[in-house]
Parts: sequence; structure tokens; C-alpha cells
Amino acid sequence: MSARLLKHGAPSPVLVTAIREAALTGLLVVVLAVPFLGLKIENAGNGLLLETRWPAAFIAVGLAMGGRVLLVLGREWWHRPAVFDRFPGTVFLSERPLWGLGMAGILLALFLPLLLPNRYAIDTATTLLIYVMLGWGLNIVVGLAGLLDLGYVAFYAVGAYSYALLSLYFDYSFWLCLPLAGLLAALFGILLGFPVLRLRGDYLAIVTLGFGEIIRVVLTNWNTLTHGSQGISGIPRPSFFGLPFGVAVEGGPVTFSAFFGIAHDPLHRVIFLYYLILVLALGTNAFTLRIRRLPIGRAWEALREDETACRALGLDPTTIKLSAFAIGAMFAGLAGSFFAARQGFVSPESFAFLESAIILAIVVLGGMGSQTGVVVAAFVLVVLPEWFRDFVEYRMFLFGAAMVAVMLWRPQGLLSHRAPTLRLSPGPAPPH
Amino acid sequence: MIDLYRETAIFLQQLVNGITIGATYGLIAIGYTMVYGIIGMINFAHGEIYMIGAFVAVMTYVVMGMLGVQSVPLALLAMLGVGMVVTAAYGWTVERIAYRPLRRSFRLAPLISAIGMSIALQNYVQITQGARVKPLPPVLPGGIHFLEETGFGVKITWLQIFIWTVTVALMIVFTWVVARTALGRQQRACEQDQLMAALVGVNVDRIISLTFVMGAVLAAVAGLIVTLQYGVVDFHIGFLAGVKAFTAAVLGGIGSLPGAMLGGLLIGLIETFWAAYFSGAYKDVATFGILVLVLLFRPTGLLGRPETEKV
Amino acid sequence: MQITDQTPSTPPLLEVEHVSMRFGGLVAINDLSFTATARRITAIIGPNGAGKTTLFNCLTGFYRPGVGRMTLHHPVRGPVRLERLEGFRVAREAGVARTFQNIRLFPRMSVLENLIVAQHHVLMRASVCTIAGLLGLSRYRRAEAHAVGKARHWLERVGLVAHADREAGTLPYGDQRRLEIARALCTDPLLLCLDEPAAGLDPRESQDLNRLLRSLRAEGVTILLIEHDMSVVMEISDKVVVLDHGQKIAVGPPAAIRTNPAVIRAYLGEEEDEPLPPEITGAIGEEGKAHG
Repeated sequence: MSARLLKHGAPSPVLVTAIREAALTGLLVVVLAVPFLGLKIENAGNGLLLETRWPAAFIAVGLAMGGRVLLVLGREWWHRPAVFDRFPGTVFLSERPLWGLGMAGILLALFLPLLLPNRYAIDTATTLLIYVMLGWGLNIVVGLAGLLDLGYVAFYAVGAYSYALLSLYFDYSFWLCLPLAGLLAALFGILLGFPVLRLRGDYLAIVTLGFGEIIRVVLTNWNTLTHGSQGISGIPRPSFFGLPFGVAVEGGPVTFSAFFGIAHDPLHRVIFLYYLILVLALGTNAFTLRIRRLPIGRAWEALREDETACRALGLDPTTIKLSAFAIGAMFAGLAGSFFAARQGFVSPESFAFLESAIILAIVVLGGMGSQTGVVVAAFVLVVLPEWFRDFVEYRMFLFGAAMVAVMLWRPQGLLSHRAPTLRLSPGPAPPH
Repeated sequence: MIDLYRETAIFLQQLVNGITIGATYGLIAIGYTMVYGIIGMINFAHGEIYMIGAFVAVMTYVVMGMLGVQSVPLALLAMLGVGMVVTAAYGWTVERIAYRPLRRSFRLAPLISAIGMSIALQNYVQITQGARVKPLPPVLPGGIHFLEETGFGVKITWLQIFIWTVTVALMIVFTWVVARTALGRQQRACEQDQLMAALVGVNVDRIISLTFVMGAVLAAVAGLIVTLQYGVVDFHIGFLAGVKAFTAAVLGGIGSLPGAMLGGLLIGLIETFWAAYFSGAYKDVATFGILVLVLLFRPTGLLGRPETEKV
Repeated sequence: MQITDQTPSTPPLLEVEHVSMRFGGLVAINDLSFTATARRITAIIGPNGAGKTTLFNCLTGFYRPGVGRMTLHHPVRGPVRLERLEGFRVAREAGVARTFQNIRLFPRMSVLENLIVAQHHVLMRASVCTIAGLLGLSRYRRAEAHAVGKARHWLERVGLVAHADREAGTLPYGDQRRLEIARALCTDPLLLCLDEPAAGLDPRESQDLNRLLRSLRAEGVTILLIEHDMSVVMEISDKVVVLDHGQKIAVGPPAAIRTNPAVIRAYLGEEEDEPLPPEITGAIGEEGKAHG
């Protein structure tokens, strides 16, 4: 208002506004930045010392003020070119290239061990695929059914410990434990989900968060069963359908290399594990793509869109949510049992809230409901930090900031495209 | 006879400790409850605001030491004041950046943004202040001793008395602000109907901002209290305290100010007694258990009003 | 055209008896009784805050009335007590479908998908809890084709077949209203509850709606209608129930309601008892619309 009134007196009211707002921003950022950027509490023996980093605080204040000036001036002088309006955010990528991208990705994944036959590359790819699978599993819960699950890692833990404990106490093999782990995780999902899925979305988020913590606390403290925080080691590695991967020993079982008459190579196991998780992950994806076209999958999406309307149409929200929750949990359980088998060691440390946050970030950044988006986001969040190890301490900060940024500017995620699950007319839908 | 004395002394000591920790949960819970009341979202980053308050308290303490301030009341006042100002700034900024632009976005957007904010703030403090625990020497040593003859005397420290006084004083001030001032009236108006409030001239954005600021200020006090009481601070104290305070808010009835304080005290007491009589390791499990039970059987909490769904 | 309560040949489909609903101290519905005749259009009118939408919410299981019975005489299942059903069961077990005053579609799903979701139960049964569907058995594929056929039928009836593959949220307002009605019809309802279906429609769309509702009545659907637009109410309803402050103040054929002094008082706040001249009663519709 005051800036308007000044129009006749002052030469440029915009400039006045810009300066005033920059000053206010500067003041705010001084308060924000001085204690944390400008000052650092340093441990010194038993006591504390204060270190100063004034340049950092100074730069922050300067950037904020400069940014504010640019923002105010930009609002006044820079008009959004019309070309931006012609491409609304949702039609970022059309269906076809996305499909092509997916196919190329799958081909690349299939031949990766031939293209990059070194242990580090395959190990990294295996880790990536674990997160992709978890992302796809959580995508069912968050992306399709719209239930914010902050304790997804709990089901991953249930899967991992199922295999660890069943093999430790009963000597069950991996191939028997894998489905059992999935079932147990789904059962936990139902047990948790049954009472809490009636709750409003945000209550559900915090209860699942609590559930994740409970599982971790129990795993840490139930020493007699889980060996507490030391974890369980010596978990048997999966065999190649009964053929173990070790060096052949006289009188021992027939090994993989002996059976196929090839030289023993430790890489065999690594490659086998890679293909195993690839199959599990692609299975998850195929399942999701299929179920989206079935009544239950459509009901999940309808529930995400409007629960009240669903009830008026006779859909039972609790059962539908429960099925999404249990199926999502099952995939986490499968991934967890693979994780235990691959590491040969599990401890509660691997299942902290942080992991849930990473998986959620993968789903959110990728675009809720988008299968390809999950892969891209998992790559960005899991593999890129491997390459930029110097910035590893900034990783979680950037995750958090990215989640906020995505909600602000691309709430539909980096890649998002929703094609109808069935059409009345052949051919593509008319553009809107 | 002696045993009875002993048991009583232990019980009373747990009561004193429980009320103290409960006061901090209550103070944080008020922030959750006010924000929930006015915009209906869980401010996930609120626990981090509390953590920031605790860090600023430590920082101010060190600065006071370097400036050679010997007076304990002056030091405490400075810790309180600086903490409030800085957390207020953080509370305001978080709302402005991460929540305000999302008010008309889809249902989960503000919640996801809040989780992102929480992760970012936690790691921001870790990056800038390091991961090591920051110890603080006792600022207010000494206290009053009771029932010493049992051999297990009950001790109420000066610090605890200070904490209770500050908490009660803040509760009185806040109740007055909400019940009697124009700000409180506008806040209540926004809670009921934001559109209508805006039509009759309430600056809704400003009121929401102020609500975040008020919540942040109380979280700063909670941060100070915990710093003084336990003498250690690190970057992830906000997570658990946040969840517990939220549980307190739900237990007391979300949206209700006295409910938040009552819930905080109850959670503090339950946690303390659970740790004393059952198992320290599972005390967090007890809190989460309460949260689930309350949500299932009495979602309106102890003092909350029933919420009718608008169709 | 206008058939009243007294017609003996048509039994009531819905009987509402002594229903009361209160929120804390506020009495939204007070001891309300009325019937909706099968294969007829019953309109519920009344000033804002009269309790019309609350009544719908009670009938469709969103609220549970404190007192009273709501019985739906199902031709197959016999009498069904609506207030005893769990909310989401009302649509399936009693055959009551509804639309909402502020349209509730699944905005990011396609128009066709909206209609397929409404046929969830049939498809769910055909997919044998998803298993047959996962395996792609022909039994499920046939059921799906049938569901698409039904969706196409209703899309044709409401004139949206050209937009079947569009995102529902991108349709214009009037189309969204019609889509919501089509979606409710895909559940094969016995009783269709429409909450202000004509709100926001232009006169031509409003006429189309009247035609649609009449043809539905002819096909055997019983309709309960909340409406502010008196031209719609007067033109198509067989019976009008007037609510004010949660109480029934009048019931009867539209022509009688038009001149009912109690109704006029409720709308215009007049104290006089004698009937007003038609110029003023004609204005009731405008008054209602202005409030809506």
C-alpha cells in the first residue's frame, strides 16, 4: 500500500519495496543464521567452547537479501513467457517415452553384470535395486492408496529378522524363508493396520512412525531372542536352488561352480544376488502394474482421491486400506529377507526412522504412483551420494530440503504421468 | 516400616521427576495443539524447533560464560530470551516456506513437506554443530531434601522449582492471551472458519504465523528446561520428544490448551513410573502404546471436543 | 403427471419415522417422519440450515440419528433398517446411492474409471478377491466388459460418452454434476438421493436434468431430491416435503405446497396467515436460489 502511495514522490516504488523487504529478510536471516552458521559449539575436553564462522553467516544473509531483491524486482519486471503456460506441469513426459525409458532400463539391468563385471558396480546396483523394490512397495501404500506410512522400515525389519531368526533357530533355508518373510510382514501389516487404518491420514502417519520405533526398540532390547543391538551374524547365504556358492570341499555338498564345471569365482554369488533382487523387484513392479488395472487397485486410487465418495458407493475403506497396507508390507518383508541373506548380518541399526524417510523420499520425489519415477529417484538418492562421497554429510539435509521443494514446485513428483487403467475409446485420450 | 518409607520416598521422587519432564512435553504439545487447531495439520518439524531451542540455550550459556556473566538469574534470563527470539524466527520461517504455499495443495502435501523440513532442520544442526553430544555443567545446583531418614531422600532441586514456576507462569500468560486478547479472539475465529474470519477483517495469514511463533516460543522454553535438567543436548533429541509431545496433545484432546498440558504431565508421569517400576528400555514403547490406545478408543482425548465430519 | 401419497397402488419405498439428529446442543432434525413412494420423485425443500443435507447424511450412513427408524422396503431383502447398517453398507445392502452438494468425484481418475469404481463389488466378486483378475481369467474379463458396457450406457444417458477417457477433475462444472449422477446410477440404486443436482446449471442443462430424472422415474428408480431451484421442484416432483429448523412443516403435492401458508412463512418470514398472491409465491424459487 505505502509503496503505491509513494508513486508520485519517490522515483521507483518497486525499488523502495525491494529494499524494505530485503532489509526485513536480512534481519530475519541474521537471527536464523548467527546461532547455527555463525557460531559453533565445540566440545573441548569436558567443557564447551564457541567457535565463530562469521563469513558463513555473512554469506547466508547476503544471499537471502539479494534473493529477496531479485524476487521483488522479478515479480514486477519479468513476465512469465506464454510458452510456459502451454506446457502445464503434469504433461512433463508423455506415456510413450516413459515406457521406452522403462524398457531401456530393464535391458540395461539385465546385462549389467556383463557390461560392468566388477564387484563394486554390481554391489551398488544391488543396493539400488533393494531401494527400488522398497520404493515400489511403498508406492502401493502411499502413491496408490494415499496412506502416509512413516514406519515402512518396520516391515523391512520384520522380513530381515524373519529370515535371520528362522535360519538361526530352525535352520530353514532361504528359499523357504523368503515367502514366510513376506507372509509374516503382511501379517504384521494387518495386525497394525486393523486398529489404526480407521484414523485420519495424519494420525496414521504418526502411529506408523511409532510402530516403526516400537519394532526397533523391541529388536534392540529383546536380547534373548534377537541378540539385541549386537545383531545376528552368520546368517546363511542363499544357495543357487540348493547349490551353495562356496569353494568345493572334498566330501562337502556339490557347489555351484563344481556343478557347472567352472572355476570358482566369488563374483558368482554377487551376480546371483544381483539377479535375485532384480527378479524380486521386477516382480513387484509387474504385480503393481497388473493390480492397478483390477478392481482392488482402482479402489485404492479412488480411496486416495475421495474416501467419502468411496463410502457412498459402498466401498469399505478399512478393508481396502488394509489390503494396500498388507501388500505393501509383504514386499518390504521380501526385500528384508533378501537384505538379511545378502549381508549375512542384521542389527536394529539398519532399521532406523532414517531408512523409512529415505524410502518415502524416493516415492515422493519420483512422483507418487509413478513406477519409473521411483527408479529415477532411487538412483538420485542412493547412487549419486555414492559418487559424491565428500558431500555425504549433506545427504540427509538435501533429502529433506528436496522433499519440501518438490511439494512446493512439483507436488506430483519428478516424473508423473497417470494413464487411465482402461479406456472406452481406442487411441490416446484427447489432451485437456 | 522402613520399606514403606523407602517405597514412599522412591514414589515421591519419581513423581517430582515425572512432573518435570511432563512439563516439557506439555510445553511442546501446546505448539502441536495450537497449530492443529488452526490449520488442521501435524507440524512434524515442531520437535526440531524444540531441539533448536535447546541448542540456542547452550550457546547462550557459553556466550554468557565468555562475557564473564556470573549472575545465575541473568544467565537464565538471557538463555530464555535469546532462545525464544531465535526459535520464533525459525518457527515463522518454517511456516512461511514449507506450509503456507501448500494450504490449497493436496491432502498429504503439507505433511510430507513438514517431514522434509524436520529431516532438513535436524541435519542442518548436525552439519553446523557436529554430531557430538554437548554437555552443560549444572547451572542451578542444589535443592531441598525431604524424608532423608529413609536413606532414599526425596530431592526437589532449585532447578525443578524454577522449571515449575516458569511453566505455570507461561500457562497463565497463554491462557490469558487466548481467552482475553484480540489476538486470541482472532485465533479462535480462524479455528472456527478461516474464510469467515478473513471476511470480517482478520488477517488470517498473520494469525497463523503468530500461532507458529507462539508454539515455537514455548518449544524454546521446553528446550531450555531439558538442557538444564539433563545437561546434554544433541541434534536428534527433537524426534522422540516431538512424537511424545504429539502423543500428549492427542491424549489431552487435540486443539485444547489445558488438554495439552494435562497430556504432557500424564505422559511424563507414565514414562517415569514405567521406567522406574517396569523397564527403562521399553518406556518409549509405553508412550506409543498410549498413543494408539487413545486414538482407538477416545480419539477426542481427555479434554477435546468431538469433531463432526463435514460431508 | 402428479401423483400423491394417496395413490394406494404404490407402496412407500422409504419410511422415515420420528428421526432426530442432534449435534451437541443443536437439533438438526427434530422428530421427522415422511415416506418416499416407490418410483416417484420426492423433493425435500426448505431454507438453508433446515436439516436437508443432514437428513441425507443420516439416510446414507454418514451420521447415525439418535432416535428414530429409517426403513427401506427392499423388493428382495424385505425391510432394511438403514440406521442399523454400517455406513459403507448402505449403498450395497439397501441400494441407496447419493450425490453430494459439493461434487465429490475421483478427480485424477478418468470419467470411465469413476464409473467402474462404482461397480466395485460386482467386479470384486468376478475377480475372486483379485486372484482371477491377476491370472487374467476370462470370467473376470467378461465381467469387466459388462461393467464397461454399463458405464457406457449411463455416459450416453448423461451425454458424456465423448469425454469417457478424460480426467474427471478437468470436466466443466455441469458435466461433473452429471458424471456424479451417472456414477451413483452405476451402483443400480433403488433409491437415488440427489443433493442439489441443479445447483450451478444453466437453464438448458437444468432442462436436460429434468428430462433425465423423469426418464429414471419411468424406469423404476425412486428419487429423493434436495433442491433450491423451485422450477425444478415444481416441474418434476410428485411430492414435496418442506423442512424448517429440522421440523417437517408441510408435505403434499407441489401445487398445494405453493400456496401453503406455513411454507411461505418459513421462506419469507411473514407473520400473516392468509395465502399470498401468486406473484409472491412465484418468487419463492428466486429467494431460495439467492440463499443457495
